[in-house]
Amino acid sequence: MGEALLRYGQITAMWARASRAYPASFWMLMTGSFVITSIDFVAVIILFANIDNLGGFDFHEVAFLYGSSGIAIAVADLFVGQVERLGQLIRLGRLDQMMVRPVPLLVQVCAEEFPMRRLGRLTQAILVFAWACTYVEWSPERAFVATQMVLSGCAIFVSLFVALACIQFWTTESAEVANAFTYGGNAVTSYPLTIFPNEVVKALTFVVPIAFVNWYPGLYVLGREDATGYPVWALWLSPVVAALLVGLTALVWRTGVRQYRSTGS
Amino acid sequence: MALIEVSGLSRTFKVRGRPAVQAVRDLSFSIEAGEMVGYIGPNGAGKSTTIKMLTGILVPTSGSIRVAGVDPSRKRTQLASRIGVVFGQRTTLWWDLPLKDSFDLLQKIYRTDPERHRANLAEFTELLALGDLLHTPVRQLSLGQRMRGDIAAALLHDPEILYLDEPTIGLDVVSKGRLRDFLRTLNVERGTTLLLTTHDLQDIEALCRRVVVIDHGTAVYDGSLAGLHQQGGSTRTLVVDLVDEAPPISVAGAYVQRVEGPRQWLSFPTDASAAPIVAAVVAAYDVADLSVQEPDIEDVIRELYMR
Repeated sequence: MGEALLRYGQITAMWARASRAYPASFWMLMTGSFVITSIDFVAVIILFANIDNLGGFDFHEVAFLYGSSGIAIAVADLFVGQVERLGQLIRLGRLDQMMVRPVPLLVQVCAEEFPMRRLGRLTQAILVFAWACTYVEWSPERAFVATQMVLSGCAIFVSLFVALACIQFWTTESAEVANAFTYGGNAVTSYPLTIFPNEVVKALTFVVPIAFVNWYPGLYVLGREDATGYPVWALWLSPVVAALLVGLTALVWRTGVRQYRSTGS
Repeated sequence: MALIEVSGLSRTFKVRGRPAVQAVRDLSFSIEAGEMVGYIGPNGAGKSTTIKMLTGILVPTSGSIRVAGVDPSRKRTQLASRIGVVFGQRTTLWWDLPLKDSFDLLQKIYRTDPERHRANLAEFTELLALGDLLHTPVRQLSLGQRMRGDIAAALLHDPEILYLDEPTIGLDVVSKGRLRDFLRTLNVERGTTLLLTTHDLQDIEALCRRVVVIDHGTAVYDGSLAGLHQQGGSTRTLVVDLVDEAPPISVAGAYVQRVEGPRQWLSFPTDASAAPIVAAVVAAYDVADLSVQEPDIEDVIRELYMR
């Protein structure tokens, strides 16, 4: 694992250096990504200019949820988002090339042409989250839960990206399905889940557990434990859910690689 | 133990709603270190599927493979630094990067000792005439240039085995010749084991002492190129230009195939010497000119496929 991360670092560093060869285009793309995601948050600001609360949560609380979900998706998108191109790599025969190199396959798929410009999105999310954090009444427990929330949230989205991309081992045209869960999941977890019917929240807890990205731990940090019918300890389960998802994803990936059929040539 | 050991290898592709396709079935062969083996067969015979199993890309349906003592599909990443692969129709290089940057990237990926990388790069740049191309983006290279770049890329980490899948496809005669010279040098000087699939039988004639012929997923011949001629029952031809027209020549060990004015074509077995036949003809007739034609290996192989 450490070895894999080291190789990932080396290869992304190389691509980062390559993108620095064109500084103007790099800064333009990065600024563009920052501006586009910022406009998205402007919509939230406008919303709160007209209402006092959303599903029982005020502006700062929604910003907290919005920012934490944003960090999780932005980190996943930055570090493993390239996995969405798996089907394309298969069709072009690039995956075959990667398979005969002495670096774990997933590392190569995710690190190739590392998209530095996506730092723009991450920057926006971090700014929103940091600002929202200044309104939280901090305690050591809350700080601890907030930290594991951010780490688990990133791990959950990373798993979703990779696991869903694996479908492309079997059918190479399935990127849209994956997007529904990843970017769609981000859109959902950016807001208080109280605005959704109870069945939806149950599905987001037990089926595709993205409510653990930020919702349950977020409630604890914001002192809103009462907003669900679950006991307080359930709000601490994000790391467990994240670990399970990561394990499951590793299994799916290995299965996909072993059943890989390549393309005729 | 041989460097590459394949036994009872099969690979089936299941396609939903259609009968399964057995791309490779019960294939066995072994290759010793330092050999240069030609792997030939018609389209869809299972050549690429075999290479993909040998490199660990595809997992066999049944049978076993040992390359340098390990199972490629289980130890793919570990085996990778000991092998080089060239897929003739697809480049391993990065389209937008200059050739030199691609090579530098590969040095990082393979963690080749920097000294070794530099020495190899210098040598291959020289042998494959890449000097002027190092700073050109790969997408601007011609097919022949790109192929040379790809071959250098596959060799910079000093692999023991080089797999080449259709390395000369689409190249002109001069480029093919240069490439063959290079591969021969590589095999002689570095002892690199070579397994190449090709449709160009001149590649085989120029490079390989041993040929494995595959058809419908299984080996139909494994042996020397000369043996392939015998197996195919092919003949050599002596072309005789007589001074005057004459009835068909009659000499021991050969028979007349065709007569056209003063020119006659005599066939004799591949393993027989031409000398006594030539001597007999010259002794009995007034000969203006003589030449010997080798059998066309494509005919030989076509016959093999037909069986």
